[in-house]
Amino acid sequence: MLNQMTRRQKKVFWRIIVAAVLFAAGELVPLAGFWKLIFYLPAYVVIGGDVLKKAARNILRGQVFDENFLMSIATLGAFATAFYDQVSGAASMVGYGEAVAVMLFYQVGELFQSYAVGKSRASISSLMDIRPDYANMRKDGELVQVSPEEVRVGDLIVVKPGEKIPLDGTVISGSSMVDTAALTGESVPRELVQGANAISGCINLSGLLEIEVSKPFGESTVAKILDLVENASGKKARTENFITRFARYYTPAVVIAALLLAVVPPLFLGGWANWIHRALIFLVVSCPCALVISVPLSFFGGIGGASKRGILVKGSNYLEALSKTEIVVFDKTGTLTKGTFEVTKVVPAQGITDEQLLRIAALAESYSDHPISLSLRRAWGGTVADAQVSDAQEIAGHGVHAQVDGKPVLAGNARLMQAENIHFTQLQGAGTVVYVAQQGQFIGAVLISDTVKPEAKTAIASLRKAGIRKTVMLTGDAAATGEAVAAELGLDEVHAQLLPGDKVAEVEDLLSQKTEQGQLAFVGDGINDAPVLSRADIGIAMGGLGSDAAIEAADIVLMDDDLAALPLAIRIAQKTLNIVRQNIVFALAIKLGVLVLSALGAASMWAAVFADVGVSVLAILNASRALNTKGL
Amino acid sequence: MKKTFQMEDLDCASCAAKMEDAIKKIDGVTSATVNFMTQKLTLEADDSRFGEIAKEAAKICRKVEPDCTVRF
Repeated sequence: MLNQMTRRQKKVFWRIIVAAVLFAAGELVPLAGFWKLIFYLPAYVVIGGDVLKKAARNILRGQVFDENFLMSIATLGAFATAFYDQVSGAASMVGYGEAVAVMLFYQVGELFQSYAVGKSRASISSLMDIRPDYANMRKDGELVQVSPEEVRVGDLIVVKPGEKIPLDGTVISGSSMVDTAALTGESVPRELVQGANAISGCINLSGLLEIEVSKPFGESTVAKILDLVENASGKKARTENFITRFARYYTPAVVIAALLLAVVPPLFLGGWANWIHRALIFLVVSCPCALVISVPLSFFGGIGGASKRGILVKGSNYLEALSKTEIVVFDKTGTLTKGTFEVTKVVPAQGITDEQLLRIAALAESYSDHPISLSLRRAWGGTVADAQVSDAQEIAGHGVHAQVDGKPVLAGNARLMQAENIHFTQLQGAGTVVYVAQQGQFIGAVLISDTVKPEAKTAIASLRKAGIRKTVMLTGDAAATGEAVAAELGLDEVHAQLLPGDKVAEVEDLLSQKTEQGQLAFVGDGINDAPVLSRADIGIAMGGLGSDAAIEAADIVLMDDDLAALPLAIRIAQKTLNIVRQNIVFALAIKLGVLVLSALGAASMWAAVFADVGVSVLAILNASRALNTKGL
Repeated sequence: MKKTFQMEDLDCASCAAKMEDAIKKIDGVTSATVNFMTQKLTLEADDSRFGEIAKEAAKICRKVEPDCTVRF
C-alpha cells in the first residue's frame, strides 16, 4: 500500500505513525494534570500542524468555512474545554487526549479517502487504457517509432502482432485478426484484410498490418473516445448539481447551529464547557465531503464501467436520464433488423423442390445487382455459368424475363404474373415476394425480407424487466412489414410508413405521453436520424465503431451492433443511480443522527469524526462499485 | 491554444471547482476546466501569453490546495 502512495500521502502516513505513538504514550504513561501535555502537545502539533497552518492561511484569504478551519476550531476547542475543566476543578469530562485523537482520526480518514479516490481513479483509467503509446511509421524506407500525434494523414504505419493500432486508416497490405474488446466490449475478434478500415484502439492479434493513415491522431477513433469519456464528467447530472448547491448551504447552516448551541442554552442553563463541547462536535460533522466526492465518483465509475462494455456515455446527465427511461423508441432498419435482405421463405409449387425453385429464381435474376437478386443468389449458393442464362430482360416495375436452361422464365411481383396471365398462389408475408414461372407455368414463390437481429427479442424482454414501460418502433416500411416485426419482437407500438420528417413528430407525440420524471430514449443507427436523436431526451446510436456521424449525433453510443448492450446500459445507469442514492441517504442520515445526538449530549467527538471521514471513506468505497459491471 | 496538464494530489472535489472558477477569471483565458476525476487541467488561452497564463493557473491551484501540483 505504501509504495502506491504519492509523496504527500507518505508524509501524512509517517506523521500518523509518530502522532499515534505519542498519543499512546500519553494515554499509558501515568502522568497527572498538565504533565499529560508533554506527550499530547507534540502529538497534536505533528498531526494537526498542517491543518492549523492551512486554516490560518485560508482565513487570511477569506475562506472561512473550510474543512481545515472547522477541524482546527473543533480540536483547539476540545483542548480549551479540557483546560477549563481542569482549572475549574470540575470532573474532567473530556481529556486533552480527545483533541489529539480527533485530529489523528481525521487525518487517518483523510488519508484513506485520498487513497481510495486515487485507487478509483487508477482503476477507471486502466479501464480506458486504449491510448496507443507509439506508432511505427515508415520513413524513407525505414521503420521509426514516433508518437501517434506526429503521424500525418497519408503516412504509412506498420502494426505488429500484439500492438495497438495507433491511428485510423486503411489496410494497404497484410491481413490479421484484431481484438476490438477495449472499444466494443465484444470479445470475438474481427478480421482485417487489405482495403479494410483499421480502427485505432484495436489490438492486432496475428498478422503484420501496413496501414495508410486516414485521420490525424486527434480525430482518430481512440482519441475521440478518450476525449468523450474524460469530459463526460463535465456534463453534470441533476443530482450532482443538487449536491453542490446543498453543500453550499449545509456547512454554513451547521456552523450557525453550532454557534447557537454554544451560546443560547448555557445562557439559561449554564454549563458553558459542556455546551461548547457539543457545539464543537457540530463543527466536525459540518463538512459535506462524503457527498461532494462520492457522487461524482459514482457517476464517473458508471461511465467508465459502461465504456468498458462498449457503451459510450457522453455525460453524467445522460447516465442519470437513462436510469429513468420509460419509453424506448426504435428505428427499425439497422437497429432491430440487420438491414440486409435475406430469403426467409421458399414455397415451391407441386412437383418442384426448394432447391430447384431457388436455382431458377437466382439464375433468372443473375444479371441484376439489386439487393433482392443478391439475396436470392446467396440463398441458392451456386455459381452462375454463362451458358445457363441468356436473353435476360428487365421488365420495369414487374421483374425479369430470361432464358434459363433454354426455357423461358419469369420472375417478379404479382403484377407480372397477372400481366402474363399466369395462375399463381399468393404468398402472404412481410417483405418482398418473388413469383417464378417457367414456360408459362407457376413454379413457386420466394419471400425475401429484412431479418430481425437474433438478440433483439431477448433485448426487448430485458428492457421490460429493467422497467421500461413502453417500446415503440418507427419505420418507413409498409404497415404489414412493420407489424410483423413488432409482433415477433413483442413491441408495444408500431408507427409505419413514416417519412424521415414524420419520425420527429412521432417522437414529440410520445414525449408528451411520458410522466414528468420519465425519459424517452430513441435508438437508431445515428446516420439518417440525427434530428430524432437530438429531439429525444436521450439519443442512442448503435454500431458507433467506425461511424463518426453516430458518435457525433448521439448522447450515448453503443459501439457494437449488439442490441443486448441497450438493456445493459440501462442496468448500469440504474445501478449507478442506486449507489448515488444510497450514498446520499447514508451520509445524510449518519450526519443528521450525530448532529441530533450531540445536541442532546449523547454523541462523543469520536462519533463526529466517524460521521465526517468514516462516512466519506465508506461512501467512496460504495461509489467504486459503480465501476463493476460484471453480472449486470 | 489549448493544452491539457496533468495534476497531482488533487484531493478535494470542491477545490477543483474553486480552481476552475478562479482560472477562468485570469485575463486572456478563453476556457478552463479542472477535472477532479482525471486530475487534468485543460486550458485554452491566448497563444502569445500562454506560458505566462499557465504559470498563473498553476499558482492558483497551489493557492486553493497547497499540496496540489500541476505538471508542465
